This record gives sequence, C-alpha cells and structure tokens, in this order.
Amino acid sequence: MALIELRQLNKAYGDVSALAGLDLDVPEACFYGLLGPNGAGKTTALRILATLLAPDSGQVQIDGVDALKDPRSVRRRLGYVAQEVAIDKILTGRELLQLQGDLFHLPRRLRDEQIDDLIDRLAMNEWVDRRCGTYSGGMRRRLDLAAGLLHRPKLLVLDEPTVGLDIESRAAIWELLRELVRDGTGILLSSHYLEEVEALADRMAIIDAGRVIAEGTPEGLKQRLGGDRVTLRIREFSDAAEAERVSALLQPLEGVQQVVVNRAQGFSLNLVIDGDPVVETMRRCLDAEGLPVFALAQSRPSLDDVYLQATGRTLMDAELAVAGQRDVKQERRQSMR
Amino acid sequence: MTSSPLKAAPSLDTDRGALSELSQETFALTRRLFLQLARRPSTLVAGVLQPLIWLTLFGALFAKAPEGLLPGGISYGRFLGAGVIVFTAFSGALNAGLPVMFDREFGFLNRLLVAPLRSRSSIVLASVLYITVISLLQSLAIMATAAALGYGWPGGAGLLLVLVTLLLLVFAVTALSLGLAFALPGHIELIAVIFVANLPLLFASTALAPLAFMPNWMEWLASLNPLTFAIEPIRAAYRGPLDLSEVLLEAPYGDITGFGCLAVLVVLTAGLFLLIRPLLNRKLT
Ligand SMILES: Nc1ncnc2c1ncn2[C@@H]1O[C@H](COP(=O)(O)OP(=O)(O)O)[C@@H](O)[C@H]1O
Ligand SMILES: [Mg+2]
Repeated sequence: MALIELRQLNKAYGDVSALAGLDLDVPEACFYGLLGPNGAGKTTALRILATLLAPDSGQVQIDGVDALKDPRSVRRRLGYVAQEVAIDKILTGRELLQLQGDLFHLPRRLRDEQIDDLIDRLAMNEWVDRRCGTYSGGMRRRLDLAAGLLHRPKLLVLDEPTVGLDIESRAAIWELLRELVRDGTGILLSSHYLEEVEALADRMAIIDAGRVIAEGTPEGLKQRLGGDRVTLRIREFSDAAEAERVSALLQPLEGVQQVVVNRAQGFSLNLVIDGDPVVETMRRCLDAEGLPVFALAQSRPSLDDVYLQATGRTLMDAELAVAGQRDVKQERRQSMR
Repeated sequence: MTSSPLKAAPSLDTDRGALSELSQETFALTRRLFLQLARRPSTLVAGVLQPLIWLTLFGALFAKAPEGLLPGGISYGRFLGAGVIVFTAFSGALNAGLPVMFDREFGFLNRLLVAPLRSRSSIVLASVLYITVISLLQSLAIMATAAALGYGWPGGAGLLLVLVTLLLLVFAVTALSLGLAFALPGHIELIAVIFVANLPLLFASTALAPLAFMPNWMEWLASLNPLTFAIEPIRAAYRGPLDLSEVLLEAPYGDITGFGCLAVLVVLTAGLFLLIRPLLNRKLT
C-alpha cells in the first residue's frame, strides 16, 4: 500500500489554478522528492496533505486513511514542516516543542525524552533555551523540523526545507532526514533545486502548472530521456566541411542516436549516445579514418534536461518567469484562517 | 549525534481518552498565553494602572461635590468604584481576540491546526481562561485600591455577586472579541474596533453618572448598554445588604431588578457564544 495516494487533485485560488489533476503515489519508507519551479503548486499540494486546505476535487489517502473524511487520524501520522516557519518569538525553542508535544498528546515523560533526543540530533543544545525571536533562519528551520518530528510521524512532509539556509544547518537537516528514511519514515520533500532532490530522493516527481509531468527515480528519469551527452572536437579549430564529414561518419554507428554540428562552438559535434561502449566504437571508427580526437566530454542527462524535454524550457527560465510576479503578502492574506 | 533509531513509533498513536487529551491541549495553549504575559507584562501593568488613575483622579475631581448629589447620598468615589471595576474587566476582555488575530496573521494558527487537537474549541477555551484570570486579577487590584481609598469593600455574599457578574461580562465580551478576531481581516481593524468601542461604551453607561443625570436619549442608550447591567449589581453589592429582587435600574422602558440584570448578562453571553459558533466552526475546520 502506498503511503500517499493523491488522485486528480484540483485546486484554484479564485481564477488562478494551482493544481490541475495532480496524481501522486508515494511508497512507504521512501524519500520522495517533489521538484518544480516557483508557482508549480508544490505548497498547495503539501498544504492539502497536511489537512490545512481542502482541494476543490480529488482524493487524498494517507497511510490508508481518507484525509478529507478523517483529518485527525492523518494529523497524527503526519509531521508537517511548512515553507514559512511560524514561531512564537516570545517562547523559547524548548517551550515551543513542549507546546507541540502537548498538542499531539504525548505523555509528559515521553514528550520530554523526545525533545531531548531531537535537541541532541539537531545540535540545538546551545540555543534551545533562548527565545525564538533571537534565532537565525537556520535555527528556526531546525526547531521547526524538531517540532514536526516530535510525535514520530510515519510521514514527514517538508516544504522547501533548506531554502536560504547556512551550510551547517543544511547539513544537519540532510543528515537527519537520511537517517529517518533509513529507520522507516516516509518523507515527501518539495524543492525547486534539482541538486537537492537529486542528492536526497529515492523517487521523485517533477510538477509543473499543477500536474505531474515526469515520475520515477532520478536515475530512471534521466535514463528514460535516453542516452549520454557527448561533446566531440576533432581539432581545436575544425572547419564546416570536416565537421560535416565526421558527422556523416558517426551517424550510422550502432548506439549513436543523434549528431548535431554546433557552429556556435567552433564546429564541435554534440552527440546523444546510448552509453559508454559507444564511445569506444566512435574512437575506433575515427582512428580507422586517421582522424585525431582533440577533446571528448561525456555527461549524463540532468534533471534539467528532463524538465526541458517535458516543458520546452529550463527550470531556471521557469523560475525567472514568475520571479516578481507573485504577491506573496496578498497570497498569505488570502490563505489566512 | 545519537544513533538510536528514529523509528516511527506506533505507541505514540494511541488514544488517551477525550478528557485527558482535551485538558492537555487546553492547558498547553493557556500556558503559552501566560508565558507571553510573564515576559511582556506591560499590557497587564497598563491594564491595572489605567483604571487606578481613573479611580484616583475622577474620585478626586468630584470629592467636593454637594452632598446628596448622588442617589443614596454616597460619595462620588464610592459611586465610581463599581464603574471602574466593570470597565477594567470589560476593556481587558475586549482585547481577548488580539493574540488569536496575531496567530492568524503570523501563521502560528496553522501550527495548531495541523496538530490532532481533540477539539479546536481548545483554542477558544484557552483564550477565555486566560482573559478571565487576567480580568479578575485586574479587577481585584482595583477593588483593593478602592478599599484603600475608603470607598468600601463588598461583604461575603457581595463579593460573590461581584465575581459572578464580572465573569458573565468577561465571557460575553471575550466571545465578542474572539468572534471579531476571526471575522475581521487583520489586527489593524481589530484594534480600531476595540478603540472605537471602548470609551463610548463607558460614557454611555451608568459608570460615571446615574441615569437621573442624563438626557432622555442618553438614558435610553445607557439602559441598553451591557456595561450598565454589570455595573448596577456590583454597585448594589457595595451599597450593603444584598437583595437581588430590588429594583436596581429605573430604565425608561421599565424597572430592572438585580436578577433582571444578571439574566440580561446570561442571555447576552449565551447569545454571543451561539452567534460566534458558526464563525469559529468555519474558520477552525
Ligand atoms: N493564497 C493564494 N491566493 C492566491 N493564489 C495563490 C495562493 N497560494 C498560491 N497561489 C497561486 O497558486 C499557484 C501555485 O502556488 P504554490 O502552491 O504556492 O506553488 P509553489 O509552492 O510550487 O511555488 C501560483 O500561481 C500561486 O501564485
Ligand atoms: Mg511553495
């Protein structure tokens, strides 16, 4: 049974569509990444999972429980670390954790044990008894993560947990997350950094405009795109005629999918090939014709290539397109309870 | 770093009984409000100082008023005491919605809403408990000062009546303020309403002067003003032997006894809680 099952989720804010038929299956004890540019609908989807928001239509099953019918059972099983950390500046970190523990009805002793344990794991000892108002962004995030983990949820949902963090906090958080998954917790993490998803996730979905446009393991997704990328130069400066000749020579080889002459880069050749053995075939073929190899660079397709393939633009372009367009304050006011 | 496993713990997923869970969450939410108060006591201090100043200055202002000016021949300070006590409780309770409003605005409420609260009324209940304690404390401080100024102290049954009356008023006003905190768009609006409601309600009541001093239209306002229904029983409790079936208010529309005043407050409180219920349900589910 899947830990999370989302079916055909739709959600619009006024006439802005945030989710448009989102489907998602997250297996148990899996580190699942949700990658998508700003505005893709990640936060909306996670808020629905956390029972903070009701979808306009669709189904939400978490650990076999219908989240729309029995939200309280879902809340017990789920830890939610929001994108915007809401803390009480006047309380200390420990007091906030105590409050959180009581809201999840942990017995007093267990509550305090869990708090001490998490303070240890997230290296919060030094400052946890100071008021939250004095914390840096990284401290707040760590505190918020501890709060989300206090009741040892079966599923941890994190919305862009490391945006804008110092390296130390990011490392502490990543390490704890990996440990959690090893010990059987399911994690759903959203991010618009492909490096983050790639470094952490066992499986992932890329979402764009409120739908899943690609799903699988990071490796699988890239492989499915097909082939390695190879950039080849015969000499430091080739001419058009020679480049065309080499292109015609390599094109028919077994395992070569595509050859393009890149005029912009001194008539180098950009190839898509099936894998490592093809490089050898290419070298032998060139050798037999008496052609030298000045440079040959091979790279795997990146997740950005996956996104590019599906949407026709890069993640970076998608980010830039919405930058400065969203009125976050207005959105916050609208989603105020 | 420790290396014991971070397993999801099924033992944490057990039901502990409604009452125990309800009291745990309510207590925790109330504790938070008191921690905030302890670290930012200025509102409490101001809440006590302001009425003390009223009491002292206003009492002094009319110290040489002609004798027999007020019904029953009591001194103005003594007359004013009941008004200031009620006003203190009232303005304290009127602020009940502010913490809730800030929680809404800063998103802290979301943190409460993702927790498996047994009932989301706990959030409301915590505010009611908190404000009740604060208002009663403030009122007691005023009463003690009034006593020190020689304005008297209600006897045993009288004290009970004072407390019951204040409780009813505080419940009603807290309900109103919490309702506003969920209905209004932000704290600016809430503060504006509090600001605008505060003084007119004080002046258009029998806190500062008896009905007999007022023009007819004002008499009507004062006899419809909930504060008046709290002030009169308390004033009676200060006057001496308690008889709630005595007429305490000769309103233009008819005579109201002590029981009548309390009944109005009970109905008002119940009515307001019923009124805000659908609102809370909508915002908190
Ligand atoms: N409260 C809101 N009011 C209006 N529009 C919103 C609100 N929240 C999100 N949106 C819009 O919905 C879309 C998806 O937003 P969101 O779920 O926050 O995406 P992401 O987390 O991937 O950046 C965006 O176009 C955003 O502008
Ligand atoms: Mg987001």
